[in-house]
Amino acid sequence: MARITVNGRLHDVDVDPDTPLLWVLRDTLGMGGTKYGCGIAQCGACTVHVDSIAVRSCALTVGAAEGKAITTIEGLAPNGVLHRVQQAWVDLDVPQCGYCQSGMIMAVAALLKQTPNPTDAEIDAAITNICRCGTYQRVRAAIHAAATG
Amino acid sequence: MSAAGGINRRTFLVSVAAAGGLALGFDVPLASTAQAADRAPEINAWILIQSDDTVTIRVARSEMGQGALTALPMLVAEELECDWSKVKAEFPRPDENLRRNRIWGDFSTGGSRSIRNSQEPLRQAGATAREMLIAAAAAQWNVAASECRAANSIITHQPSGRTVSYGQVAEAAAKLPPPKDVTLKDAKDWHLIGKPTKRLDVTDKVQGKPIYGIDVRVPGMLHAALAQCPVFKGTLKSVDDTKAVGMKGVHKVVTLKDAVAVVADNWWQAKQALDALTIEWDGGEGAAVSSAGIREFLLGGLTADNAGVGRAQGNIRDGFGSAVKRIEADYEVPFLAHATLEPQNCTAHVTGDRAEIWAPTQNGEAALASAAHTLGIPTQNVIVHKTMLGGGFGRRGVTQDFVPPAVLIAREVGRPVKVVWSREEDIGHDYYRPVAMARMAAGLGDDGMPRAWHVRMTGNSIWSTLMPMTVRGGVDRQFQEGFLADMPYDIPNYLADYAIRNTHVPVGFWRCVNHTQNCFFKESFVDEMAHAAGSDPLEYRRRLIGTHRNAAKFLGVLNAAAERAGWSTPLPPNTFRGIALNEAYNTFVAAVAEVTVADGAVRMHRIVIALDPGTVVNPLTAEMQTESAVVFGLTAALYGEITIKDGRVEQSNFNDYKMLRLADMPKVETVLMPSGGFWGGCGEPPVAVVAPALCNAIFAATGRRIRSLPLKNHGLTKA
Repeated sequence: MARITVNGRLHDVDVDPDTPLLWVLRDTLGMGGTKYGCGIAQCGACTVHVDSIAVRSCALTVGAAEGKAITTIEGLAPNGVLHRVQQAWVDLDVPQCGYCQSGMIMAVAALLKQTPNPTDAEIDAAITNICRCGTYQRVRAAIHAAATG
Repeated sequence: MSAAGGINRRTFLVSVAAAGGLALGFDVPLASTAQAADRAPEINAWILIQSDDTVTIRVARSEMGQGALTALPMLVAEELECDWSKVKAEFPRPDENLRRNRIWGDFSTGGSRSIRNSQEPLRQAGATAREMLIAAAAAQWNVAASECRAANSIITHQPSGRTVSYGQVAEAAAKLPPPKDVTLKDAKDWHLIGKPTKRLDVTDKVQGKPIYGIDVRVPGMLHAALAQCPVFKGTLKSVDDTKAVGMKGVHKVVTLKDAVAVVADNWWQAKQALDALTIEWDGGEGAAVSSAGIREFLLGGLTADNAGVGRAQGNIRDGFGSAVKRIEADYEVPFLAHATLEPQNCTAHVTGDRAEIWAPTQNGEAALASAAHTLGIPTQNVIVHKTMLGGGFGRRGVTQDFVPPAVLIAREVGRPVKVVWSREEDIGHDYYRPVAMARMAAGLGDDGMPRAWHVRMTGNSIWSTLMPMTVRGGVDRQFQEGFLADMPYDIPNYLADYAIRNTHVPVGFWRCVNHTQNCFFKESFVDEMAHAAGSDPLEYRRRLIGTHRNAAKFLGVLNAAAERAGWSTPLPPNTFRGIALNEAYNTFVAAVAEVTVADGAVRMHRIVIALDPGTVVNPLTAEMQTESAVVFGLTAALYGEITIKDGRVEQSNFNDYKMLRLADMPKVETVLMPSGGFWGGCGEPPVAVVAPALCNAIFAATGRRIRSLPLKNHGLTKA
């Protein structure tokens, strides 16, 4: 059993506490926006916020996430108004297949919270998510747009 | 309804590569056309219009990032004259297609064909529906249809100024017979085609809303993790499930001929239990194969007496005889995995002789045929739901190997089961870009221009393994693409031949397919000729393009790329340029890369890609695809390598099968220059020019000629 708070809602989940948060979100809570890509914290498709920090949820156990505020892509625009990162993504036409974009957007939203106007070098260091479609050029432009927008 | 679909009743034959690479044909008996029974009036099979003027346009091709979900409706809407802001898109089901005499035509999504092969029937569907809507309005007003015009979903009776919206006449229009002939607009009158248009799926995609195959949830569904025999073509010998069966959440261990699956309440439980199994595999003959052995095998192909001739002209012996300089070089590339970010998966529910599947597939009909064949049930008994694809790149098209294990496991379990491959399974069980080699020999005359060129290729043929019926007399033309009639240069004495060397490693269609190695071979070696002749590589290519029937198009993109890149202008310190040219999928592409080599690491800062696909439907997605293709090509050039040891793939995940990341992204400048009059593909062609442009720039920078990929093996990438 574990008790976690996801997007402001408390959930009691009947799983082994060693279960990665990713699979609890996807299979137990039915929140599919957070994606599985590698399972070894390489690709970042599973990125969520844990107490406002970007975390790769495939490598965080649900037990370790207890008592913390977890935000997923489903909770990024709670009132239906797109987060400024999401809006920049729409404005600059970032997604292609879209599979990595939940994680990418969550990573960027966390970066901008910590570093409101990041340099290219800071973006390079912080945003290491894999996009197999190669949307990186637009990702960078959209980060700058969201930062100044 | 054939006027709208452009496809008449005919035998449906679909080739599907079942697990193990076996190619099969299926004859499917066709039912009579089903009555449309949807929520909104169906004007024709492609177009539904609701009373509030919402237009739903059906898209038969899959959406895997390339933008078909937007570009294909644009083709319909151009002729339909509907309000684009009220357009939605949806995927028709493959089983509905069969029931309706394949009214939506071919579902296969590959070969950069989504637009090329759909544009005519889709534009016809739009024009046909427009005429029906106008006819319905004219009948309502009791006026001649010729007095009415349609624009932006409004029909206007011109003499009286009366108007009616599409939604108000949709129901009446749907009951009218379709016109026999419709005239399509002239390209100069297009107002939507050619206009950068936002993707219809972008807002959902930034909110994590689209349902990919891996996100499918069906009531009562269980989850399965899969272990396939790590040695290709091997089988399962035995499995000890003592430790797994009692584990929390575990329902069942299912054994297949060449795989084991654990079915559980969630995927993580299934995977943990799978890892607790003790499995013995019988690798069979493949277990002795290694990359070194494969390389030796291919080297034999370089000198083999038997080789299928793809193109021959003049007499290369005479050509070499008249040359004053001979240059030779061997090139090689490894296997590559697709590594779609969404791993392979399929959800299935099998009850008796019926099956329902959900799959991220590039070919819904092949998925259907694969399920029916695997289960031995009639194709009419299979329902297929296509989902969004988390990348395709050719992995999910001809090869539907994610379907058979899913339906077999689901049959065993009797409940819906979602089978998700781990990343390790995905990397280890692909249909890889073939391993290939080329032996080049050219004889240059006293003017430095080639008198003779012999291109001997060898490597693992895709066609002869997946579609053997296409390879006749030992000639696999697809393996030689780029060196055949599509080779742009004037070579008086030329021979391109190919000695097929098939391994036990499954090969398949990897974005831009054989162009990905052949363009590297061709454009690198042409660069070698230019340097041997003491010529500027751009100037040399210009001189070599002479009488080719597409010379103007080749020169067009070559010059455009060079001009945008400022080929003859000074570069920043230590920065060098490389150039490459190709035709693929009816599209002409040239690239100029700007590269630095410092501290033993190469970096591409900028790449200009000039592209002539004849016609561009959505310049926005065409540009996005070009950026994407650069990343795909650059990732492979820098890092891409699948190696074989003891018959199995050595790489397992993104830690050892590396992907390009944001920090290494070059600036991509796309020059779209559609010259009109033809339709080329956009998803794949730019992939091929990236590696040669990059390696030609490395030569300019260092004097080192790169003749094998990836660059990590040359000490040119940082660890």
